[in-house]
Amino acid sequence: MATLRLRVNGETHTLEDVDGSTPLLWVLRDELGLVGAKYGCGISQCGACTVHVDGAPVRSCSLPVAAATGAITTIEGLADAQGELTPVQQAWVDLDVAQCGYCQSGQIMAATALLRNNPRPTDADIDAAMGPNICRCGTYIRIRAAVKAAAANLRESRT
Amino acid sequence: MSTLSYAGIGETVLAVNGELPATAQGVASVAKVDRREFLKLTGLAGGGLLLAFSLPRAAASGGPFAPNGYLRIDETGVTLYAKNPEIGQGVKTSLPMIVAEELDVAWRDVKVVQAAVDRRRYGMQFAGGSTAIPMNWEPLRRAGATGRAMLVAAAASKLAVPAEELATLDSHVVHEASGRKLAYTEIAALAATMPVPDGKSLRLKPRADWKLLGTRVTGVDNEALVRGEPLFGIDQTMPGMKHAVYAKCPAIGGTVKSANLDAIKAMPGVVDAFALEGNGNAGQLLPGVAVVAESTWAAIRAKRALEVDWDETDAGKDSWRAAEAEAERLAGESGRPVVNQGDVDAAFSAADKRIDAFYKYHFVSHAQLEPQNCTARFHDGALELWAPTQTPGSAINDAAGVLGISPAKVTLNQTRCGGGFGRRLYNDFVCEAAAIAQRAGVPVKLLWTREDDMAFDLYRAGGFHRFEGALDSDGRVSGWRDHFITFTNDGRRPVGGGSLGPGVFPAGLVANVRCEQTALPWQHRCAAWRAPGSNVFGFVVGSFLDELAAAAGRDPLEVLLEVLGEPRLLRPGNPRSLNTGRAAGVVKLAAEQAGWGRKLPKGRGLGLAFYFSHAGHIAEVADVSVSADRKVAVHKVTVAADVGPIVNLSGAENQVEGSVVDGLSTMLGLSVTFENGRAEQSNFDQYPLLRIPATPQVAVHFVDSDHSPTGLGEPALPPLAPAVCNAIFAATGHRVRTLPISMEGYSA
Repeated sequence: MATLRLRVNGETHTLEDVDGSTPLLWVLRDELGLVGAKYGCGISQCGACTVHVDGAPVRSCSLPVAAATGAITTIEGLADAQGELTPVQQAWVDLDVAQCGYCQSGQIMAATALLRNNPRPTDADIDAAMGPNICRCGTYIRIRAAVKAAAANLRESRT
Repeated sequence: MSTLSYAGIGETVLAVNGELPATAQGVASVAKVDRREFLKLTGLAGGGLLLAFSLPRAAASGGPFAPNGYLRIDETGVTLYAKNPEIGQGVKTSLPMIVAEELDVAWRDVKVVQAAVDRRRYGMQFAGGSTAIPMNWEPLRRAGATGRAMLVAAAASKLAVPAEELATLDSHVVHEASGRKLAYTEIAALAATMPVPDGKSLRLKPRADWKLLGTRVTGVDNEALVRGEPLFGIDQTMPGMKHAVYAKCPAIGGTVKSANLDAIKAMPGVVDAFALEGNGNAGQLLPGVAVVAESTWAAIRAKRALEVDWDETDAGKDSWRAAEAEAERLAGESGRPVVNQGDVDAAFSAADKRIDAFYKYHFVSHAQLEPQNCTARFHDGALELWAPTQTPGSAINDAAGVLGISPAKVTLNQTRCGGGFGRRLYNDFVCEAAAIAQRAGVPVKLLWTREDDMAFDLYRAGGFHRFEGALDSDGRVSGWRDHFITFTNDGRRPVGGGSLGPGVFPAGLVANVRCEQTALPWQHRCAAWRAPGSNVFGFVVGSFLDELAAAAGRDPLEVLLEVLGEPRLLRPGNPRSLNTGRAAGVVKLAAEQAGWGRKLPKGRGLGLAFYFSHAGHIAEVADVSVSADRKVAVHKVTVAADVGPIVNLSGAENQVEGSVVDGLSTMLGLSVTFENGRAEQSNFDQYPLLRIPATPQVAVHFVDSDHSPTGLGEPALPPLAPAVCNAIFAATGHRVRTLPISMEGYSA
């Protein structure tokens, strides 16, 4: 048991008596009340728990909290201070991507990380970046379309 | 292994028939309620109106307008109530859209709220059988139209003009002659004092006047979803809540002999650990060991350290290998006849050609992405639940039964469900949470790990079919035999989805048809999985018909249309039975849109299949390439669907796209096998759900028809597997007779 400092969505949290081997997912959900990241498999197979550490997508179900030393962003931290959705979130709403919606937080985090580095992803890029994320309802067609729509919006807003 | 035959004949129209008798009764009772009764029912049950009649002054001074359970208008806005569980099928959006259309309220003005579980007010509330739209279509239209009529009456009174001079538009009553208009919100309190209109005088909008229905509307929870808000069962929490897990014997029927409870209780974060006996009903509470902890992780870690000595004396010994061998042995024998039409023996004697084939499909898991969970608080003899369930009413009754309290003492809060696919029709997880909360004396959130979920599913049963087909000298299908070997959990009835009925294809279409059934005993529970029965019958009959066409040297499209025959309702008087005219319509449309008959390169082929389920007529054409080493690429699936008018076009297309992906995912590589009573797969590394790279294009074509609308959560799934397998045959000449096709060496 140790005291850990965790930087999440721009805030630093000090956690007392935390077992450093606890997966980041359960600290986010149970300790910090950030339940946007979901539990699906616990073994990095489904991607429902995807969050960012220093901008890179990680499967929080398998990352020990002690190893999460970078800046963590969860889905709750995407929208700006005024609550404005990001182009990725907005594309998900506009294209009505979700069915049950359980995986979509992880999908959005994966897509956001992809578009940060790649403003013009090809289908192959999308396959590679989104491949780790399972959608049991099978909304992949709309996920692909939403990634492309968000990419176009991002390019537009940058020019 | 002993066998058991089954003589019962069940309807296959309603997926949940036989599984949930109350559900079927629910359908019947809604259908029987006439207009007058309905209005009386909703008016009284609504409460608001009753209050308005007795206390008009109070209502007029600002009380809400809530003429029924589906809508509420006050000065602050319009709220519509979504009655049924949302599992991803889109009913939290589509059902309120029906009310909004008749109410003539602008969709942007609407706030949608999940309704409380209230049988008196809402009748049956459940998600199953693709029934939400057909069961609620008329009642919701009437609920909206009633509200509209009373708002118009209120406006007529306020403006002192005849109601006939008033129109409604975008949440307002408009008096065109004088240019005046009143917002619904301003006249809501007055509307609450208006008499409920006579059902006979209610005018429903003609289709030409629809503004909202048939358009694309994004899901009402989408914004909350993309912000990660706590919508799901697993997201619920409350002060003082602890986290629970529950370990059960992996072989059904095993009981707890002993467990290292003291060691578990000494682990950090563990609050309590105890054994529960179970209530003797495997669908409710199996024996096991509960761990209650301060955090989810402490509970999961304790469960991993838990050592339980199971008494497996009476536990099941389910074995797929043994079942397979038994089925192969029995295939050539007779089963109990369930369909017998025409003179099958004569047809086979007179046949020009006889074809024989043995098909099989494996067990599969629901794998809904949100694992089973339930939050329960037991206090002062009352139970409160937060549960992602498809059947909240049954959950209340089951939990009450397990605790030995009255259902009146149980409250259930409906949460959004992270997928359902039929798994959440069954409330074992709710019963467990209730029992653990009662024993622990604190509120608990029970979580099943993914491993629990896959080990204790109510699986889609595997099955086997031995087919024989007869072709006459003109190459027409003249006889059809199917010996179906399925499973039984209780030794009496086949498992859910394991019954052939008189509605099974091609009964009523081919003159001479005999279907027989045999059921093998099985301990692991099996039940409804998206499009129960149909999800596998579609595969076997769609494939075998294609085999017969090939044997006759004929175009499968021509043979399918010939079998469908003249346009007619297969059961006259039952509009939910197969309509061969609508069937032929979608078959032709899918074929035309997919370019049926076009020349394709070597190793590429088109496959066609039609299946009727849940009153939906759906045809699909798959465009598939197969490499020499049996790598399959599904390029495109063209779907033609006739489900009547579309409520939410975006949601409807999404359901079809998802059904295609789900169907493909399942047929390509998913199976749960069993040995020594245990499921052999435990997580997604051994259960390879389809991912984005293998997703085909899907083109969806809805037939614009005026038939009564029906549900779309299920019927687009059954035609997918046969369409793909028929395409593999067209591409390679190899007939696939096993699902998943990975068992025959294919991979994506």
